[in-house]
Amino acid sequence: MKLAITISGKTIDAPFDGRFGRASAFCVIDTETNEWLIRENPALSAVGGAGVQAAQFVAQTGAGAVVSGAFGPNAFVTLQAAKIAMYTAPAGQAFSAQDVLEMFRKNELTKINEASGPSRHGGAR
Amino acid sequence: MKQLTVLSGKGGTGKTSVAAALAHLASQSSFAGRLVLADVDVDAANLELVLRPRRVAVEEFRGGKIAVIDPVACTSWGRCEEVCRFDAVLLSGGCYRVDPLACEGCAACVYQCPSDCITMEDQVAGSYRLSESRYGPLHHAELLPAQENSGKLVTLVKQRARLQALDEDGELVLADGPPGIGCPVIAAASGADLALIVAEPTVAGIHDMRRTIETVEHFGVQAVLCINKADIYPEGTAEIERFCREKGIELVGRIPFDDAVSAAMVAGEPVTEFLPHSDAGRAIVEMWIRIVASVLEGP
Amino acid sequence: MVIAVASGKGGTGKTTVATSLALVASTQRAVRFLDCDVEAPNAALFLKPQMHGRKEVGTLLPVVQESLCTHCGRCAEVCEFHAVAVVGKKTLVFPELCHGCGSCILVCPAKAISERLDVRGVLEAGETASGIDFAQGLMKVGEAMPVPIIRELRRWNVSGRDSFEIRDSPPGASCSVVETLRGADFVLLVTEPTPFGLHDLRQVAEIVRKLNIPSGVVVNRDGIGDGGVDTYCAETGLPILLRIPIRRRLAEALARGVPLVEVAPEYTSALLGVLEFAAATAVS
Repeated sequence: MKLAITISGKTIDAPFDGRFGRASAFCVIDTETNEWLIRENPALSAVGGAGVQAAQFVAQTGAGAVVSGAFGPNAFVTLQAAKIAMYTAPAGQAFSAQDVLEMFRKNELTKINEASGPSRHGGAR
Repeated sequence: MKQLTVLSGKGGTGKTSVAAALAHLASQSSFAGRLVLADVDVDAANLELVLRPRRVAVEEFRGGKIAVIDPVACTSWGRCEEVCRFDAVLLSGGCYRVDPLACEGCAACVYQCPSDCITMEDQVAGSYRLSESRYGPLHHAELLPAQENSGKLVTLVKQRARLQALDEDGELVLADGPPGIGCPVIAAASGADLALIVAEPTVAGIHDMRRTIETVEHFGVQAVLCINKADIYPEGTAEIERFCREKGIELVGRIPFDDAVSAAMVAGEPVTEFLPHSDAGRAIVEMWIRIVASVLEGP
Repeated sequence: MVIAVASGKGGTGKTTVATSLALVASTQRAVRFLDCDVEAPNAALFLKPQMHGRKEVGTLLPVVQESLCTHCGRCAEVCEFHAVAVVGKKTLVFPELCHGCGSCILVCPAKAISERLDVRGVLEAGETASGIDFAQGLMKVGEAMPVPIIRELRRWNVSGRDSFEIRDSPPGASCSVVETLRGADFVLLVTEPTPFGLHDLRQVAEIVRKLNIPSGVVVNRDGIGDGGVDTYCAETGLPILLRIPIRRRLAEALARGVPLVEVAPEYTSALLGVLEFAAATAVS
């Protein structure tokens, strides 16, 4: 299963990024083979709708689950429609994508069932 | 780490003057050295005029895109004008062209043009700036005239201020907000721990204050309120006081109409620094003490 | 003839000047007044119109008919605002991101997308005691985009009269101001003689230059600041048409919603002068 993790850099040692829509990049790790790929986030410079764009991008990577700090309402709806499971790891702590993978394996991550916070572009309807 | 954003609804109530004074007072208190400032009124960024900071960095900000028609390749089919819902396509000199001030950047014309001669180009919409003021770092920006104030630049300024505060163990991010209730205000207020509404007791000011409070509540931000120019219309002040009681909003200050405020603005300093013994100066000090006691250090 | 009143900085007295300009003009001709500050419209507080018309306005949002949709994803591809996403055999529309451009509808190969009006605000029309044809727009709280509402307001002419029009503009210098100023024959810039007033005046003056519309300046609260605005106007050739000195008595009356020309009728002839100047220099 492929796991996408938001990171704030472009290498495997880059720290975990708490933002989803405007994360620097995604580290996509195959949980069975441990193969990993870094993919730059195309939504980083979006004028608006970053959450939607990032979610679509994650769907295109074939990930079955994604880990970030929080998912706004638009990202949430899109990921849910794509049947991608959402998890959060506590932000503000200095761990890497590798650490997050370990936490995922040990079931230490929080599974998300609803969006956090209002949309930055107006009320979610 | 707390985030305080100063808002008003109506323009000209004194947001920037109050924000500058609070920045000065915060830097003289236990928040000294742990303060990050932000001017998120990117459409009319005035805070630096009273902080007079030293510029440290400027970054170009690219906003949306606009459509550009190649005049040589244009065959004057006119489909672009037909589909444009924003009156942005004009026939001029035998071929079509896009009015950059009206173009919404939707690219509908690009996909409909039979001659394929329209492209989307990035626009430099403004610049993000980082400066160093005597009270702390200032994150600000300026939107170029006529650009869309979508909130993206506001969000960028806010995020940079937040990130610096988080990285450097800051305790308070103080942001001077935009007027109105639309996208930039939403972007400025969302995620703030506290919104300080600067209201003026005029019929227009009260009307707009109500809409701002509704907006702030809609996005789940706690609000406190102060009345500026409080003595020019006592009935107005009384109405605001009633409103605050009914809504359970804490009234943290009443600042009298005072020449000292504009005198300080002209001198390029916050009124609490320039004329600390003025009526306005003293009222703002009292307000600051209340804000700190009941909200910033509260439960 | 259309005169737009703008400022850059909020709170300089746009509405104060615009409403009194309309009152003075209405003694000579039929006047239409548009309050284009749809986030916080205040002109009605001074002109006190009797409202008789109302129209809901907003953005036309795409509605996808799932039974016809093939999930090809073309709509999502063309949407510049990421308001449409196609994932996992579902097509999602995000209303608050949509600008109502209709591009997705045009490109859909299955013709599966139609539109519905998403109400974002309301327009109101009325008439004042002095016969001014009044209209304002009010954006719904929680909405983000004022421009579509201003656009609809400008197009809505309930009385059908072709008259002299005065537009009260929002503060700032962004797209909502451009939408208000476009097509105006003259722009009256109201400022205050302070560093903030000057800074923001420069921004809006830049728009007026880009739009190529003649303009003039009103200095309100004259006396509170410094000579920066005067110097700027002299350097750029912007004529200062009127100065309103700071007077507490005026501030108190305006606070109560009393128009400038009512509390201070001595400004009537000056405002008539402004109208004459505008007519003389306006784009024909």
